[in-house]
Amino acid sequence: MRNILAIAGKEIQTYFTSPIAYLVLTIYAALCGFFFYSFVATYVVQMFRMMEMGQMAGQSPNINTWIVRPLFEGVLTVVLLLLLPLVTMRLFAEERKSGTIELLLTSPVTELQIILGKFLGALTLYIAILAVTFIDIGMLFFYGNPDAKPLIAQALGALLFGGALLSLGMWISSLTRNQIIAGAVSLAVFLLLYVFDWVTSYSSGPVGRVMSYMAFVTHFDNFSKGVIDSTDLVYYLSVIVLGIFLTSRSVEALKGRP
Amino acid sequence: MIEVQQLTKRYGPTLAVSDISFEAKKGEILGFLGPNGAGKTTTMRILTGYLPPSEGTARVAGFDVVTEPLEVKRRVGYLPELPPVYTDMTVTEYLTFVAKIKGVPRGDVKKRVDEISEKCAVAHVRTRQIGKLSKGYRQRVGLAQAMIHNPEVLVLDEPTAGLDPKQIIETRELIRGMAGQRTVILSTHILPEVSKTCERVVVINAGRVVAEGKPEELTRRLQGFETVLVTAEGPAGAIKEKLERVGGVNLVEFQGEPDGRATFEVHAEKGRDVRAELARAVVESQWRLYELRASGMSLEDIFLKLTTQDLVEGHAASAAAEAPTSEPEQPSQ
Repeated sequence: MRNILAIAGKEIQTYFTSPIAYLVLTIYAALCGFFFYSFVATYVVQMFRMMEMGQMAGQSPNINTWIVRPLFEGVLTVVLLLLLPLVTMRLFAEERKSGTIELLLTSPVTELQIILGKFLGALTLYIAILAVTFIDIGMLFFYGNPDAKPLIAQALGALLFGGALLSLGMWISSLTRNQIIAGAVSLAVFLLLYVFDWVTSYSSGPVGRVMSYMAFVTHFDNFSKGVIDSTDLVYYLSVIVLGIFLTSRSVEALKGRP
Repeated sequence: MIEVQQLTKRYGPTLAVSDISFEAKKGEILGFLGPNGAGKTTTMRILTGYLPPSEGTARVAGFDVVTEPLEVKRRVGYLPELPPVYTDMTVTEYLTFVAKIKGVPRGDVKKRVDEISEKCAVAHVRTRQIGKLSKGYRQRVGLAQAMIHNPEVLVLDEPTAGLDPKQIIETRELIRGMAGQRTVILSTHILPEVSKTCERVVVINAGRVVAEGKPEELTRRLQGFETVLVTAEGPAGAIKEKLERVGGVNLVEFQGEPDGRATFEVHAEKGRDVRAELARAVVESQWRLYELRASGMSLEDIFLKLTTQDLVEGHAASAAAEAPTSEPEQPSQ
Protein backbone atom coordinates (compact mmCIF):
# COMPACT_ATOMS: atom_id res chain seq x y z
CA MET A 1 0.00 0.00 0.00
CA ARG A 2 2.86 2.33 0.84
CA ASN A 3 4.33 1.73 -2.60
CA ILE A 4 1.01 2.43 -4.30
CA LEU A 5 0.64 5.67 -2.39
CA ALA A 6 4.22 6.71 -3.13
CA ILE A 7 3.63 6.25 -6.86
CA ALA A 8 0.20 7.90 -6.73
CA GLY A 9 1.76 10.81 -4.87
CA LYS A 10 4.42 11.16 -7.53
CA GLU A 11 1.77 11.19 -10.28
CA ILE A 12 -0.28 13.85 -8.51
CA GLN A 13 2.84 15.90 -7.97
CA THR A 14 3.70 15.62 -11.66
CA TYR A 15 0.21 16.72 -12.67
CA PHE A 16 0.24 19.73 -10.40
CA THR A 17 3.82 20.88 -10.96
CA SER A 18 3.35 20.73 -14.71
CA PRO A 19 0.67 22.75 -16.51
CA ILE A 20 -1.44 19.64 -17.27
CA ALA A 21 -3.65 19.79 -14.19
CA TYR A 22 -4.28 23.52 -14.46
CA LEU A 23 -4.95 23.31 -18.18
CA VAL A 24 -7.43 20.48 -17.84
CA LEU A 25 -9.14 22.08 -14.84
CA THR A 26 -9.41 25.44 -16.59
CA ILE A 27 -10.82 24.00 -19.80
CA TYR A 28 -13.27 21.93 -17.85
CA ALA A 29 -14.33 24.81 -15.59
CA ALA A 30 -14.90 27.05 -18.61
CA LEU A 31 -16.91 24.49 -20.60
CA CYS A 32 -18.85 23.23 -17.65
CA GLY A 33 -19.53 26.76 -16.45
CA PHE A 34 -20.87 27.79 -19.84
CA PHE A 35 -23.26 24.85 -20.07
CA PHE A 36 -24.33 25.34 -16.49
CA TYR A 37 -25.16 28.96 -17.20
CA SER A 38 -27.12 27.96 -20.34
CA PHE A 39 -29.14 25.38 -18.44
CA VAL A 40 -29.91 27.82 -15.66
CA ALA A 41 -30.95 30.46 -18.20
CA THR A 42 -33.19 27.99 -20.03
CA TYR A 43 -34.68 26.97 -16.72
CA VAL A 44 -35.47 30.54 -15.79
CA VAL A 45 -37.06 31.25 -19.20
CA GLN A 46 -39.12 28.12 -18.86
CA MET A 47 -40.24 29.12 -15.40
CA PHE A 48 -41.44 32.53 -16.56
CA ARG A 49 -43.27 30.95 -19.46
CA MET A 50 -45.09 28.58 -17.13
CA MET A 51 -45.93 31.47 -14.82
CA GLU A 52 -47.42 33.43 -17.71
CA MET A 53 -49.55 30.49 -18.70
CA GLY A 54 -50.64 30.10 -15.08
CA GLN A 55 -49.52 26.50 -14.81
CA MET A 56 -47.33 26.94 -11.78
CA ALA A 57 -49.85 26.05 -9.12
CA GLY A 58 -47.39 27.14 -6.49
CA GLN A 59 -44.76 24.75 -7.80
CA SER A 60 -41.64 25.54 -9.78
CA PRO A 61 -40.23 23.12 -12.35
CA ASN A 62 -37.82 20.56 -10.97
CA ILE A 63 -34.27 21.84 -10.75
CA ASN A 64 -32.83 18.34 -10.82
CA THR A 65 -34.53 17.47 -14.08
CA TRP A 66 -33.86 20.79 -15.74
CA ILE A 67 -30.32 21.57 -14.69
CA VAL A 68 -28.47 18.86 -12.78
CA ARG A 69 -29.38 15.90 -14.94
CA PRO A 70 -28.53 17.47 -18.31
CA LEU A 71 -25.27 18.60 -16.79
CA PHE A 72 -24.26 15.01 -16.10
CA GLU A 73 -25.95 13.34 -19.01
CA GLY A 74 -24.98 15.64 -21.80
CA VAL A 75 -22.03 17.66 -20.69
CA LEU A 76 -19.92 15.73 -18.26
CA THR A 77 -19.68 12.64 -20.43
CA VAL A 78 -18.83 14.48 -23.64
CA VAL A 79 -16.33 16.86 -22.09
CA LEU A 80 -14.62 13.99 -20.32
CA LEU A 81 -14.21 12.07 -23.55
CA LEU A 82 -12.19 14.97 -24.86
CA LEU A 83 -10.26 15.84 -21.72
CA LEU A 84 -9.35 12.53 -20.13
CA PRO A 85 -6.92 11.54 -22.91
CA LEU A 86 -4.90 14.57 -21.77
CA VAL A 87 -4.76 13.06 -18.32
CA THR A 88 -3.93 9.48 -19.27
CA MET A 89 -1.68 9.86 -22.30
CA ARG A 90 1.44 10.51 -20.27
CA LEU A 91 0.97 7.83 -17.62
CA PHE A 92 3.24 5.21 -19.18
CA ALA A 93 4.31 6.73 -22.49
CA GLU A 94 6.31 9.41 -20.69
CA GLU A 95 8.07 6.90 -18.43
CA ARG A 96 8.93 4.76 -21.41
CA LYS A 97 10.30 7.67 -23.37
CA SER A 98 12.45 9.07 -20.57
CA GLY A 99 13.65 5.66 -19.41
CA THR A 100 12.29 6.14 -15.91
CA ILE A 101 10.20 3.01 -16.41
CA GLU A 102 13.50 1.21 -15.82
CA LEU A 103 13.69 2.78 -12.37
CA LEU A 104 10.18 1.65 -11.50
CA LEU A 105 10.69 -1.86 -12.84
CA THR A 106 13.99 -2.35 -11.02
CA SER A 107 12.57 -1.12 -7.70
CA PRO A 108 11.18 -3.56 -5.17
CA VAL A 109 7.58 -2.84 -6.16
CA THR A 110 5.27 -5.14 -8.09
CA GLU A 111 3.90 -4.17 -11.48
CA LEU A 112 0.40 -4.14 -10.06
CA GLN A 113 1.50 -1.62 -7.43
CA ILE A 114 2.93 0.61 -10.14
CA ILE A 115 -0.27 0.39 -12.18
CA LEU A 116 -2.60 0.95 -9.24
CA GLY A 117 -0.48 3.87 -8.07
CA LYS A 118 -0.69 5.52 -11.45
CA PHE A 119 -4.41 4.83 -11.73
CA LEU A 120 -5.00 6.32 -8.30
CA GLY A 121 -2.96 9.39 -9.22
CA ALA A 122 -4.98 9.98 -12.39
CA LEU A 123 -8.21 9.33 -10.49
CA THR A 124 -7.28 12.00 -7.97
CA LEU A 125 -6.90 14.60 -10.71
CA TYR A 126 -10.22 13.42 -12.11
CA ILE A 127 -11.90 13.89 -8.73
CA ALA A 128 -10.57 17.45 -8.74
CA ILE A 129 -12.21 17.90 -12.14
CA LEU A 130 -15.49 16.52 -10.83
CA ALA A 131 -15.29 18.88 -7.88
CA VAL A 132 -15.62 21.76 -10.34
CA THR A 133 -19.03 20.42 -11.42
CA PHE A 134 -20.08 20.17 -7.83
CA ILE A 135 -19.11 23.77 -7.15
CA ASP A 136 -21.54 24.76 -9.92
CA ILE A 137 -24.23 22.51 -8.56
CA GLY A 138 -23.56 23.72 -5.03
CA MET A 139 -24.64 27.19 -6.09
CA LEU A 140 -28.09 25.83 -6.87
CA PHE A 141 -28.55 25.12 -3.18
CA PHE A 142 -28.18 28.82 -2.41
CA TYR A 143 -30.85 29.96 -4.83
CA GLY A 144 -33.21 27.03 -5.00
CA ASN A 145 -33.89 23.78 -3.28
CA PRO A 146 -32.79 20.90 -5.49
CA ASP A 147 -32.98 17.33 -4.24
CA ALA A 148 -29.61 16.25 -2.83
CA LYS A 149 -30.16 12.50 -2.93
CA PRO A 150 -29.80 11.93 -6.72
CA LEU A 151 -26.45 13.71 -6.46
CA ILE A 152 -24.98 10.72 -4.65
CA ALA A 153 -25.81 8.43 -7.53
CA GLN A 154 -24.67 11.03 -10.04
CA ALA A 155 -21.33 11.50 -8.28
CA LEU A 156 -20.78 7.75 -8.01
CA GLY A 157 -21.72 7.29 -11.66
CA ALA A 158 -19.40 10.05 -12.78
CA LEU A 159 -16.57 8.55 -10.74
CA LEU A 160 -17.08 5.11 -12.26
CA PHE A 161 -17.56 6.44 -15.78
CA GLY A 162 -14.36 8.48 -15.58
CA GLY A 163 -12.51 5.69 -13.80
CA ALA A 164 -13.34 3.31 -16.64
CA LEU A 165 -12.06 5.79 -19.22
CA LEU A 166 -8.90 6.41 -17.19
CA SER A 167 -8.24 2.71 -16.91
CA LEU A 168 -8.53 2.20 -20.67
CA GLY A 169 -6.53 5.34 -21.36
CA MET A 170 -3.78 4.08 -19.07
CA TRP A 171 -3.61 0.84 -21.03
CA ILE A 172 -3.36 2.70 -24.33
CA SER A 173 -0.59 4.85 -22.85
CA SER A 174 1.38 1.73 -21.95
CA LEU A 175 1.40 0.60 -25.58
CA THR A 176 3.57 3.39 -26.93
CA ARG A 177 6.38 5.68 -25.92
CA ASN A 178 4.83 8.57 -27.83
CA GLN A 179 2.38 10.65 -25.81
CA ILE A 180 0.71 12.16 -28.88
CA ILE A 181 -0.09 8.71 -30.25
CA ALA A 182 -1.39 7.61 -26.86
CA GLY A 183 -3.58 10.70 -26.66
CA ALA A 184 -4.94 10.42 -30.20
CA VAL A 185 -5.71 6.71 -29.92
CA SER A 186 -7.39 7.22 -26.54
CA LEU A 187 -9.54 9.98 -28.00
CA ALA A 188 -10.57 7.77 -30.91
CA VAL A 189 -11.36 4.84 -28.63
CA PHE A 190 -13.35 7.02 -26.21
CA LEU A 191 -15.38 8.50 -29.05
CA LEU A 192 -16.10 5.04 -30.46
CA LEU A 193 -17.27 3.92 -27.04
CA TYR A 194 -19.51 6.97 -26.90
CA VAL A 195 -21.27 6.31 -30.20
CA PHE A 196 -21.36 2.58 -29.71
CA ASP A 197 -24.96 2.55 -28.49
CA TRP A 198 -26.15 3.93 -31.82
CA VAL A 199 -25.87 0.34 -32.98
CA THR A 200 -28.94 -0.43 -30.89
CA SER A 201 -31.05 1.91 -32.97
CA TYR A 202 -30.79 -0.25 -36.07
CA SER A 203 -29.99 -3.76 -34.85
CA SER A 204 -32.53 -5.64 -32.80
CA GLY A 205 -32.76 -9.12 -31.36
CA PRO A 206 -30.12 -10.79 -29.21
CA VAL A 207 -27.23 -9.09 -31.03
CA GLY A 208 -28.73 -5.71 -30.40
CA ARG A 209 -29.29 -6.50 -26.77
CA VAL A 210 -25.70 -7.63 -26.26
CA MET A 211 -24.47 -4.56 -28.08
CA SER A 212 -26.59 -2.27 -25.98
CA TYR A 213 -25.35 -3.92 -22.84
CA MET A 214 -21.80 -3.33 -23.97
CA ALA A 215 -22.45 0.28 -24.93
CA PHE A 216 -20.44 2.53 -22.70
CA VAL A 217 -22.64 5.56 -22.22
CA THR A 218 -26.01 3.83 -21.83
CA HIS A 219 -24.85 2.55 -18.46
CA PHE A 220 -24.53 6.12 -17.31
CA ASP A 221 -28.23 6.87 -17.95
CA ASN A 222 -29.47 5.41 -14.70
CA PHE A 223 -26.79 7.16 -12.68
CA SER A 224 -27.64 10.51 -14.21
CA LYS A 225 -31.30 9.94 -13.33
CA GLY A 226 -30.17 9.36 -9.75
CA VAL A 227 -30.61 5.61 -9.79
CA ILE A 228 -27.89 3.14 -8.74
CA ASP A 229 -28.36 -0.11 -10.62
CA SER A 230 -26.01 -3.00 -9.87
CA THR A 231 -25.81 -3.82 -13.61
CA ASP A 232 -24.22 -0.46 -14.31
CA LEU A 233 -22.01 -0.72 -11.27
CA VAL A 234 -20.71 -4.11 -12.37
CA TYR A 235 -20.26 -2.90 -15.92
CA TYR A 236 -18.01 0.04 -15.06
CA LEU A 237 -16.09 -1.87 -12.42
CA SER A 238 -15.46 -4.62 -14.98
CA VAL A 239 -14.13 -2.10 -17.47
CA ILE A 240 -11.81 -0.66 -14.80
CA VAL A 241 -10.50 -4.13 -13.94
CA LEU A 242 -10.12 -4.97 -17.62
CA GLY A 243 -8.08 -1.83 -18.22
CA ILE A 244 -5.82 -2.59 -15.26
CA PHE A 245 -5.40 -6.18 -16.40
CA LEU A 246 -4.52 -5.17 -19.97
CA THR A 247 -2.04 -2.62 -18.63
CA SER A 248 -0.37 -5.27 -16.50
CA ARG A 249 0.00 -7.52 -19.56
CA SER A 250 1.46 -4.68 -21.51
CA VAL A 251 3.90 -3.69 -18.74
CA GLU A 252 4.92 -7.33 -18.41
CA ALA A 253 5.73 -7.33 -22.12
CA LEU A 254 7.81 -4.16 -21.73
CA LYS A 255 10.33 -6.13 -19.80
CA GLY A 256 12.26 -8.06 -22.32
CA ARG A 257 12.44 -5.22 -24.80
CA PRO A 258 15.87 -3.81 -25.42
CA MET B 1 27.34 -12.36 -4.05
CA ILE B 2 26.63 -12.51 -7.75
CA GLU B 3 26.60 -15.79 -9.61
CA VAL B 4 25.80 -15.92 -13.28
CA GLN B 5 25.63 -19.26 -14.99
CA GLN B 6 25.27 -19.98 -18.67
CA LEU B 7 23.16 -16.93 -19.17
CA THR B 8 21.64 -16.50 -22.60
CA LYS B 9 19.32 -13.78 -23.82
CA ARG B 10 17.63 -13.68 -27.19
CA TYR B 11 15.64 -10.85 -28.69
CA GLY B 12 13.71 -12.76 -31.28
CA PRO B 13 16.32 -14.26 -33.55
CA THR B 14 19.15 -12.02 -32.32
CA LEU B 15 21.40 -13.40 -29.67
CA ALA B 16 22.31 -10.56 -27.31
CA VAL B 17 24.07 -12.61 -24.68
CA SER B 18 25.26 -16.13 -25.20
CA ASP B 19 26.25 -18.56 -22.47
CA ILE B 20 27.85 -16.07 -20.11
CA SER B 21 29.11 -17.28 -16.74
CA PHE B 22 30.94 -15.28 -14.12
CA GLU B 23 30.75 -14.39 -10.49
CA ALA B 24 31.56 -11.56 -8.17
CA LYS B 25 32.48 -11.98 -4.53
CA LYS B 26 31.26 -9.82 -1.70
CA GLY B 27 32.94 -6.44 -1.67
CA GLU B 28 34.51 -6.88 -5.05
CA ILE B 29 34.53 -4.30 -7.83
CA LEU B 30 34.04 -6.07 -11.10
CA GLY B 31 34.58 -4.34 -14.42
CA PHE B 32 32.52 -5.26 -17.40
CA LEU B 33 34.44 -4.38 -20.47
CA GLY B 34 33.36 -4.61 -24.05
CA PRO B 35 32.63 -2.61 -27.16
CA ASN B 36 29.22 -1.04 -27.69
CA GLY B 37 26.59 -3.66 -28.36
CA ALA B 38 28.58 -6.46 -26.74
CA GLY B 39 25.78 -7.35 -24.34
CA LYS B 40 26.90 -5.45 -21.26
CA THR B 41 23.64 -3.60 -20.74
CA THR B 42 21.57 -6.71 -21.39
CA THR B 43 23.52 -8.65 -18.77
CA MET B 44 23.13 -5.85 -16.27
CA ARG B 45 19.42 -5.59 -16.93
CA ILE B 46 19.07 -9.29 -16.24
CA LEU B 47 20.98 -8.91 -12.97
CA THR B 48 18.66 -6.13 -11.84
CA GLY B 49 15.54 -8.14 -12.61
CA TYR B 50 14.48 -5.84 -15.43
CA LEU B 51 14.85 -8.45 -18.16
CA PRO B 52 14.14 -12.14 -17.80
CA PRO B 53 16.92 -14.37 -19.17
CA SER B 54 16.10 -16.75 -22.03
CA GLU B 55 18.28 -19.47 -20.53
CA GLY B 56 20.60 -19.90 -17.59
CA THR B 57 20.44 -18.52 -14.10
CA ALA B 58 21.54 -15.39 -12.33
CA ARG B 59 21.59 -15.13 -8.56
CA VAL B 60 22.18 -12.02 -6.50
CA ALA B 61 22.89 -12.43 -2.79
CA GLY B 62 21.57 -15.96 -3.10
CA PHE B 63 18.24 -14.95 -4.68
CA ASP B 64 17.30 -15.95 -8.18
CA VAL B 65 16.42 -12.99 -10.39
CA VAL B 66 13.51 -14.83 -11.99
CA THR B 67 11.84 -16.53 -9.05
CA GLU B 68 12.54 -13.94 -6.34
CA PRO B 69 12.78 -10.64 -8.18
CA LEU B 70 11.61 -8.46 -5.29
CA GLU B 71 14.32 -9.81 -2.97
CA VAL B 72 16.90 -9.15 -5.65
CA LYS B 73 15.60 -5.63 -6.31
CA ARG B 74 15.74 -4.81 -2.60
CA ARG B 75 19.46 -5.59 -2.62
CA VAL B 76 20.50 -4.06 -5.91
CA GLY B 77 21.06 -0.43 -6.77
CA TYR B 78 21.01 0.21 -10.48
CA LEU B 79 22.19 3.13 -12.53
CA PRO B 80 21.17 2.65 -16.16
CA GLU B 81 23.10 4.22 -18.99
CA LEU B 82 20.77 7.21 -19.02
CA PRO B 83 20.03 8.28 -15.46
CA PRO B 84 16.33 7.53 -14.90
CA VAL B 85 15.37 10.94 -13.55
CA TYR B 86 12.11 12.85 -13.64
CA THR B 87 13.20 16.11 -15.16
CA ASP B 88 10.40 18.19 -13.65
CA MET B 89 11.19 17.20 -10.06
CA THR B 90 13.78 18.78 -7.82
CA VAL B 91 16.69 16.64 -6.65
CA THR B 92 15.23 16.26 -3.16
CA GLU B 93 11.74 15.43 -4.44
CA TYR B 94 13.19 12.83 -6.74
CA LEU B 95 15.43 11.18 -4.16
CA THR B 96 12.58 11.17 -1.64
CA PHE B 97 10.33 9.40 -4.14
CA VAL B 98 13.02 6.85 -4.97
CA ALA B 99 13.72 6.24 -1.27
CA LYS B 100 10.04 5.48 -0.74
CA ILE B 101 9.70 2.98 -3.56
CA LYS B 102 13.04 1.37 -2.71
CA GLY B 103 11.70 0.57 0.73
CA VAL B 104 13.71 2.93 2.94
CA PRO B 105 11.86 2.95 6.29
CA ARG B 106 9.49 5.91 6.56
CA GLY B 107 11.34 7.59 9.42
CA ASP B 108 14.73 7.33 7.71
CA VAL B 109 13.78 8.77 4.32
CA LYS B 110 14.76 12.35 5.06
CA LYS B 111 18.01 11.37 6.73
CA ARG B 112 18.99 9.04 3.88
CA VAL B 113 18.21 11.68 1.26
CA ASP B 114 20.42 14.19 3.09
CA GLU B 115 23.24 11.70 3.55
CA ILE B 116 23.28 10.53 -0.02
CA SER B 117 23.03 14.07 -1.45
CA GLU B 118 26.09 14.93 0.60
CA LYS B 119 27.95 11.81 -0.48
CA CYS B 120 27.24 12.22 -4.19
CA ALA B 121 27.95 15.95 -4.08
CA VAL B 122 24.51 17.09 -5.13
CA ALA B 123 23.57 18.69 -1.82
CA HIS B 124 24.11 22.21 -3.12
CA VAL B 125 21.69 21.72 -6.03
CA ARG B 126 19.02 19.84 -4.11
CA THR B 127 16.31 22.43 -4.67
CA ARG B 128 16.98 22.71 -8.40
CA GLN B 129 14.87 21.00 -11.01
CA ILE B 130 16.72 18.00 -12.40
CA GLY B 131 15.87 19.03 -15.97
CA LYS B 132 17.89 22.18 -15.45
CA LEU B 133 21.01 20.38 -14.22
CA SER B 134 23.99 19.54 -16.40
CA LYS B 135 24.71 16.02 -17.57
CA GLY B 136 27.34 15.56 -14.86
CA TYR B 137 24.95 16.46 -12.08
CA ARG B 138 22.23 14.28 -13.51
CA GLN B 139 24.65 11.40 -13.53
CA ARG B 140 25.45 12.03 -9.88
CA VAL B 141 21.76 12.22 -9.04
CA GLY B 142 21.46 8.88 -10.82
CA LEU B 143 24.25 7.47 -8.69
CA ALA B 144 22.61 8.84 -5.53
CA GLN B 145 19.38 7.17 -6.61
CA ALA B 146 21.15 3.83 -7.00
CA MET B 147 22.68 3.99 -3.53
CA ILE B 148 19.79 5.46 -1.59
CA HIS B 149 18.58 2.20 -0.07
CA ASN B 150 22.09 1.15 0.90
CA PRO B 151 22.14 -1.85 -1.43
CA GLU B 152 24.61 -4.71 -1.09
CA VAL B 153 25.11 -4.77 -4.82
CA LEU B 154 25.53 -1.83 -7.17
CA VAL B 155 25.12 -2.23 -10.88
CA LEU B 156 26.41 0.78 -12.77
CA ASP B 157 26.07 1.05 -16.51
CA GLU B 158 28.79 3.39 -17.73
CA PRO B 159 28.85 5.50 -14.58
CA THR B 160 31.34 8.04 -15.86
CA ALA B 161 29.88 8.62 -19.31
CA GLY B 162 29.39 12.30 -19.97
CA LEU B 163 31.32 13.57 -16.98
CA ASP B 164 34.17 16.03 -17.10
CA PRO B 165 37.65 14.81 -16.03
CA LYS B 166 37.34 16.14 -12.50
CA GLN B 167 33.96 14.52 -12.04
CA ILE B 168 35.29 11.28 -13.49
CA ILE B 169 38.02 11.19 -10.88
CA GLU B 170 35.53 11.96 -8.12
CA THR B 171 33.14 9.27 -9.30
CA ARG B 172 35.94 6.72 -9.49
CA GLU B 173 37.00 7.59 -5.97
CA LEU B 174 33.43 7.22 -4.79
CA ILE B 175 33.22 3.78 -6.39
CA ARG B 176 36.63 2.68 -5.16
CA GLY B 177 35.64 3.81 -1.67
CA MET B 178 32.89 1.22 -1.70
CA ALA B 179 35.29 -1.68 -2.17
CA GLY B 180 34.96 -4.15 0.66
CA GLN B 181 31.49 -3.01 1.68
CA ARG B 182 29.53 -3.40 -1.50
CA THR B 183 29.78 -5.52 -4.55
CA VAL B 184 29.98 -3.28 -7.57
CA ILE B 185 29.60 -4.23 -11.19
CA LEU B 186 30.36 -1.46 -13.59
CA SER B 187 30.39 -1.53 -17.32
CA THR B 188 32.48 0.62 -19.54
CA HIS B 189 34.09 0.78 -22.90
CA ILE B 190 36.68 3.19 -21.61
CA LEU B 191 39.75 1.19 -20.75
CA PRO B 192 41.70 3.22 -18.24
CA GLU B 193 38.57 3.20 -16.17
CA VAL B 194 38.90 -0.51 -15.65
CA SER B 195 42.52 -0.49 -14.56
CA LYS B 196 41.79 2.46 -12.27
CA THR B 197 38.69 1.24 -10.50
CA CYS B 198 38.23 -2.48 -10.88
CA GLU B 199 39.79 -5.38 -9.07
CA ARG B 200 38.67 -7.85 -11.67
CA VAL B 201 37.62 -7.56 -15.28
CA VAL B 202 35.29 -9.57 -17.45
CA VAL B 203 35.77 -8.78 -21.10
CA ILE B 204 32.80 -9.57 -23.27
CA ASN B 205 32.39 -9.31 -26.98
CA ALA B 206 29.47 -10.26 -29.20
CA GLY B 207 27.63 -11.64 -26.19
CA ARG B 208 30.42 -13.94 -24.99
CA VAL B 209 33.02 -13.76 -22.26
CA VAL B 210 36.39 -13.59 -24.01
CA ALA B 211 38.62 -13.04 -21.01
CA GLU B 212 38.43 -12.71 -17.27
CA GLY B 213 40.93 -11.79 -14.57
CA LYS B 214 42.72 -9.00 -12.78
CA PRO B 215 43.65 -6.12 -15.07
CA GLU B 216 47.37 -6.77 -14.62
CA GLU B 217 46.92 -10.50 -15.10
CA LEU B 218 45.15 -9.87 -18.35
CA THR B 219 47.97 -7.67 -19.50
CA ARG B 220 50.53 -10.26 -18.50
CA ARG B 221 48.73 -13.15 -20.10
CA LEU B 222 48.09 -11.44 -23.35
CA GLN B 223 51.20 -9.49 -23.83
CA GLY B 224 52.98 -11.05 -26.74
CA PHE B 225 55.90 -8.73 -27.29
CA GLU B 226 58.72 -7.17 -25.43
CA THR B 227 58.91 -4.07 -27.48
CA VAL B 228 61.39 -1.25 -27.02
CA LEU B 229 61.39 2.04 -28.83
CA VAL B 230 64.83 3.47 -29.53
CA THR B 231 65.45 6.98 -30.85
CA ALA B 232 69.00 7.95 -31.78
CA GLU B 233 70.84 10.42 -33.99
CA GLY B 234 73.12 8.89 -36.57
CA PRO B 235 73.11 6.94 -39.83
CA ALA B 236 69.87 4.98 -39.76
CA GLY B 237 71.17 1.94 -41.66
CA ALA B 238 74.18 1.54 -39.40
CA ILE B 239 72.16 1.92 -36.25
CA LYS B 240 69.71 -0.67 -37.44
CA GLU B 241 72.50 -3.14 -38.13
CA LYS B 242 74.09 -2.53 -34.78
CA LEU B 243 70.83 -3.00 -32.92
CA GLU B 244 70.12 -6.22 -34.76
CA ARG B 245 73.42 -7.63 -33.54
CA VAL B 246 72.52 -7.12 -29.87
CA GLY B 247 71.93 -10.48 -28.18
CA GLY B 248 68.26 -11.41 -27.75
CA VAL B 249 66.94 -9.08 -30.40
CA ASN B 250 64.70 -10.75 -32.96
CA LEU B 251 63.63 -7.92 -35.12
CA VAL B 252 64.34 -4.24 -35.63
CA GLU B 253 61.89 -2.07 -37.52
CA PHE B 254 62.81 1.36 -38.77
CA GLN B 255 60.01 3.72 -37.91
CA GLY B 256 61.08 7.01 -39.46
CA GLU B 257 63.54 9.81 -39.20
CA PRO B 258 61.90 13.12 -38.36
CA ASP B 259 64.44 15.92 -37.67
CA GLY B 260 67.41 13.62 -38.19
CA ARG B 261 66.59 11.34 -35.31
CA ALA B 262 65.88 7.78 -36.30
CA THR B 263 63.32 5.77 -34.37
CA PHE B 264 63.35 1.98 -34.28
CA GLU B 265 61.01 -0.53 -32.79
CA VAL B 266 62.98 -3.40 -31.36
CA HIS B 267 61.33 -6.74 -30.67
CA ALA B 268 63.24 -8.91 -28.26
CA GLU B 269 63.08 -12.53 -27.21
CA LYS B 270 60.52 -13.54 -24.63
CA GLY B 271 61.67 -12.90 -21.11
CA ARG B 272 64.74 -10.87 -22.00
CA ASP B 273 65.19 -7.28 -21.08
CA VAL B 274 67.51 -5.93 -23.73
CA ARG B 275 67.25 -2.26 -22.86
CA ALA B 276 70.66 -1.96 -21.17
CA GLU B 277 72.46 -3.66 -24.07
CA LEU B 278 70.64 -1.54 -26.62
CA ALA B 279 71.72 1.61 -24.82
CA ARG B 280 75.32 0.43 -24.68
CA ALA B 281 75.32 -0.48 -28.36
CA VAL B 282 74.17 2.97 -29.39
CA VAL B 283 76.43 4.91 -27.09
CA GLU B 284 79.53 2.77 -27.87
CA SER B 285 79.17 3.73 -31.51
CA GLN B 286 79.22 7.44 -30.60
CA TRP B 287 75.66 8.01 -31.73
CA ARG B 288 73.43 10.14 -29.61
CA LEU B 289 70.71 8.30 -27.76
CA TYR B 290 67.59 10.42 -27.27
CA GLU B 291 65.05 7.98 -26.09
CA LEU B 292 64.79 4.37 -25.03
CA ARG B 293 61.41 3.26 -23.86
CA ALA B 294 59.67 -0.04 -23.30
CA SER B 295 56.35 0.08 -25.07
CA GLY B 296 54.31 -2.59 -23.41
CA MET B 297 50.95 -3.61 -24.60
CA SER B 298 48.35 -1.30 -23.18
CA LEU B 299 44.88 -2.33 -22.20
CA GLU B 300 43.73 -0.69 -25.39
CA ASP B 301 45.80 -3.09 -27.45
CA ILE B 302 44.63 -6.05 -25.45
CA PHE B 303 41.06 -4.94 -25.75
CA LEU B 304 41.37 -4.55 -29.48
CA LYS B 305 43.05 -7.94 -29.72
CA LEU B 306 40.38 -9.60 -27.63
CA THR B 307 37.49 -8.11 -29.44
CA THR B 308 38.78 -8.69 -32.93
CA GLN B 309 36.66 -11.44 -34.33
CA ASP B 310 39.36 -14.01 -35.22
CA LEU B 311 40.67 -13.89 -31.70
CA VAL B 312 37.36 -14.72 -30.14
CA GLU B 313 37.83 -18.35 -31.06
CA GLY B 314 41.26 -18.78 -29.59
CA HIS B 315 43.03 -15.71 -28.43
CA ALA B 316 45.52 -17.68 -26.35
CA ALA B 317 46.70 -19.75 -29.29
CA SER B 318 47.10 -16.89 -31.70
CA ALA B 319 48.74 -14.69 -29.11
CA ALA B 320 51.29 -17.41 -28.46
CA ALA B 321 51.91 -18.00 -32.15
CA GLU B 322 52.79 -14.44 -33.00
CA ALA B 323 54.56 -13.74 -29.74
CA PRO B 324 58.00 -15.10 -29.29
CA THR B 325 58.82 -12.83 -26.37
CA SER B 326 58.61 -11.26 -23.07
CA GLU B 327 58.18 -9.97 -19.53
CA PRO B 328 54.94 -8.25 -18.64
CA GLU B 329 54.54 -4.54 -18.78
CA GLN B 330 52.13 -2.65 -16.63
CA PRO B 331 49.37 -1.12 -18.66
CA SER B 332 50.28 2.38 -19.55
CA GLN B 333 48.52 4.58 -17.07
